[in-house]
Amino acid sequence: MNRLIIWYGELLTQKKLIKRGALFLTPGMLWLMIFLVLPGLILILVSFAGRGAYGELVWDFGLANYKRLAGYGIFGWTADYIVILLRSVWVAFVTTGLAVVLSYPLCFFIARKPERSRYMWLMMVIIPFWTNMVIRTYSWFLILAPELPFAKLAACFKIISPGMGLYPSAFAVYLGMISMFLPFVALPLFSSVERMDWTLVEAAQDLYSSNIRIFMHAILPQTLPGLSVGVILTFVPAMGMFVVPDLLGGAKYMLVGNLIQQQFGASRDWAFGAAISMGLMVLTMFSLYLYRRKNKGMDLL
Amino acid sequence: MITDNKGLSLQGINKTYGKVNAVKDVTLDINSGEFFTLLGPSGCGKTTLLRMIAGLELQDSGSVILEGQDITRLPAIKRQINTVFQSYALFPHLNIFENIAFGLRSRKVPEKEVQTRVQEALDMLELGTMPNRYPHQLSGGQNQRVALARALVNEPKVLLLDEPMSALDAKLRAQVQVELRRLQQKLGHTFILVTHDQDEALVVSDRIAVMKDGQIIQFGTPEEVYDLPKNRFIAQFLGAANLLAGRFHDGMFHTDIGPLELEGPPPWERGVIAIRPEWIKLSDTKPEKNGIKAKVSEIIYRGTNLDIWFEPGAIRVRSSTYKNFKIGDELWLDLAAEELVVLNE
Amino acid sequence: MKKINLLVNTMAFGTMGFLYLPLMAVAFFSVNNTKYGLSWKGFTLDWYIKLFHNEVILQAAWNTLVLAVVSTLISTALGTALAIGMDRFPWPKKMNTALDLILHLPVIIPDIILAAALVVAFGFLRQVSSLFEPGLFSMIIGHITFQVAFVALVVRSRLISIGKDIEEAARDLYASTSYLLWKITLPLLMPGIIAGAMLAFTLSLDDFVISFFTAGPESVTLPLFIFAAVRRVVTPQIHALSTLVLFVTIILVFVMERFTRKLNTK
Repeated sequence: MNRLIIWYGELLTQKKLIKRGALFLTPGMLWLMIFLVLPGLILILVSFAGRGAYGELVWDFGLANYKRLAGYGIFGWTADYIVILLRSVWVAFVTTGLAVVLSYPLCFFIARKPERSRYMWLMMVIIPFWTNMVIRTYSWFLILAPELPFAKLAACFKIISPGMGLYPSAFAVYLGMISMFLPFVALPLFSSVERMDWTLVEAAQDLYSSNIRIFMHAILPQTLPGLSVGVILTFVPAMGMFVVPDLLGGAKYMLVGNLIQQQFGASRDWAFGAAISMGLMVLTMFSLYLYRRKNKGMDLL
Repeated sequence: MITDNKGLSLQGINKTYGKVNAVKDVTLDINSGEFFTLLGPSGCGKTTLLRMIAGLELQDSGSVILEGQDITRLPAIKRQINTVFQSYALFPHLNIFENIAFGLRSRKVPEKEVQTRVQEALDMLELGTMPNRYPHQLSGGQNQRVALARALVNEPKVLLLDEPMSALDAKLRAQVQVELRRLQQKLGHTFILVTHDQDEALVVSDRIAVMKDGQIIQFGTPEEVYDLPKNRFIAQFLGAANLLAGRFHDGMFHTDIGPLELEGPPPWERGVIAIRPEWIKLSDTKPEKNGIKAKVSEIIYRGTNLDIWFEPGAIRVRSSTYKNFKIGDELWLDLAAEELVVLNE
Repeated sequence: MKKINLLVNTMAFGTMGFLYLPLMAVAFFSVNNTKYGLSWKGFTLDWYIKLFHNEVILQAAWNTLVLAVVSTLISTALGTALAIGMDRFPWPKKMNTALDLILHLPVIIPDIILAAALVVAFGFLRQVSSLFEPGLFSMIIGHITFQVAFVALVVRSRLISIGKDIEEAARDLYASTSYLLWKITLPLLMPGIIAGAMLAFTLSLDDFVISFFTAGPESVTLPLFIFAAVRRVVTPQIHALSTLVLFVTIILVFVMERFTRKLNTK
């Protein structure tokens, strides 16, 4: 270990260099260990504990929480939790998909603007990206309120009864989710679209007649890196989202995020909350794994 | 063995990266005040060798001796050696003046002296009008001169140049080569240049070491290396060469195109000889010795000369006689014995 | 081709409307001169003026700012050191992969899980020290935890772009370790550090989930305040507050963009 090396032009012993490196790494790594890795491990541990009469943790290690999550309760089996879990995956999936569908035209549109106005249009996408999610979610209250034309129109078509708002509803949750995450897809996608080689698209237009084939062969491969970042940036937080369903779905359209929040809030059942978190974690990782396997050779970020 | 050499001496330098032998047992003496070139294809270990002289890379074994003093274990900041990097590695946040002054200021040279010395360096490299500009505002050629000034202002005992011209276009490169040679002769410093460009090596150097696979395979003045290449690799790497394989018996070298007389017997029985295209003379009549009758198969016009390919054997001749050759013409090639180089392999 | 262009343009405009209509509605009703209902009753700035007389809101704004500034300062220092520590030392490959994984954890884990983990961990730490009661201190810790990773990633990408030969050139020109650090590495790294800090600051202002889980009764921030308020009743005052927050966001985004643009062109 006392070997001499030259590192970035400096001659020193390996021991000294390692020591210096450790000095730089330790504060940050220690922090992440104590407040990220360790809490994560504790969360796993707690998911096997139980709940006492006053909401305290009872250390009776068992699979009770996971059984409950799978639907086995005191009153026999129910599908409630499973439905919520699957619904969360579905909502995240639909949100990501629709956000992608809307992002492509938006990115093409911005990419073809002249440089000066392109910057302004891009800013228009960046601003919602950084606007607080509570504000962006509750702002739909206004659009969907019974007094405004959208709700009245829906009432006309007998979709809702007159005098009702369009929220809380599953529809409102989707609206809120898609608008929330659209910039998360559009921004990374744009960085790819901006660098796209349009001559390939022109060549494809000569070769293929159908627009779908042009997209699949000339556009998708070129924009895949940005698209992948966007998909991950959307899918992961969408799985755990609870603000949007809480405000726009109410009790009507619960997602796993609400379920977790309930356990740590009103129900005060940390052990069960931890187990649901584990379920969410597994689902998220599994989905990412499936996605990565389908798009081999791409990097996460 | 510590020489009384005033220059730089490398002794038994070795360096491996994992399993790759980057530099194998290199021993070299570089004279004080000479323009020395390490020439070789990419990956031959020449840059690694240069970096070891600079103190930016540590050799596994061997020593570096500068003016009789062993500097093997001295860090880069204690070596009076400066480098012009291939990328120039100018500091982008400092202006040209501050870039050049960097080495003086980090050694705490009094500010007054810094001012005069930097000014001298600016003037010497014709950068006098742009001390306040930043590297990104300058052209490639200008940045290269800044990199030179930044190194030279420290009056290094040895100046190392790592492919300093690879980023310049061909025309500028030719001009800079000549300027670099003049500058070195004016200053009388020791320059060590690393390059893969054989023309560049021939133009600027006092002596050349040709490297391949981490070893120095030939070492000498440009004329020695060009006129008497040791082996097939050097013959082909430096300029063009016709290679003729054959057998030596009965006092003659027997090749596919006919028997040739050599100046002396080669050290082998079966081997290769080389002859440069410009050393082959053309004539209509049969030369006294070593004449080969051949047919023109291809003519390439190169402005100042013609490259003519002959059958048999695909022999290339560089000729400046502007005779009207035609494909199919039959001529005598004069491969004079003194021009035939016996390769060592 | 024309048909496609038309389709693309229509969809893009539609999407933009979709993004902005709700926000515009908030701004619109924040100057509506009525306390209830969504019909237009004339222009007023009363709701904005009342904001500045509302102790609770002022306290929440102060909390938000303290949380963002303190967490940004600490996470920038930690993240910068972490980036240098990861990129500038000859760690074995396996260790690099492990470090990289830990750094990416906050990106690939839903934030609600991090929040849940912190709640549980603070529950245990509380038995050691009352510092970990829900409140501003816990929130700062929570924010730093996800900011550090982002700062480190930004600073590291800048470090990589500086490259090795600049520092070698400085060594070759006799720079000592501290001279190199102050005259070359830090000045060149500074844009990356500032960009990282701005990202951390914005992330903190933008966060809701971590704050929601770790906040105490005394440490309400603006997003928490708005969330609690709109679950009860939506008032024009909330619209005014949201519009102001939106306005600050726009300014921040512009400053940040200007900065990164300058950084990239240099």
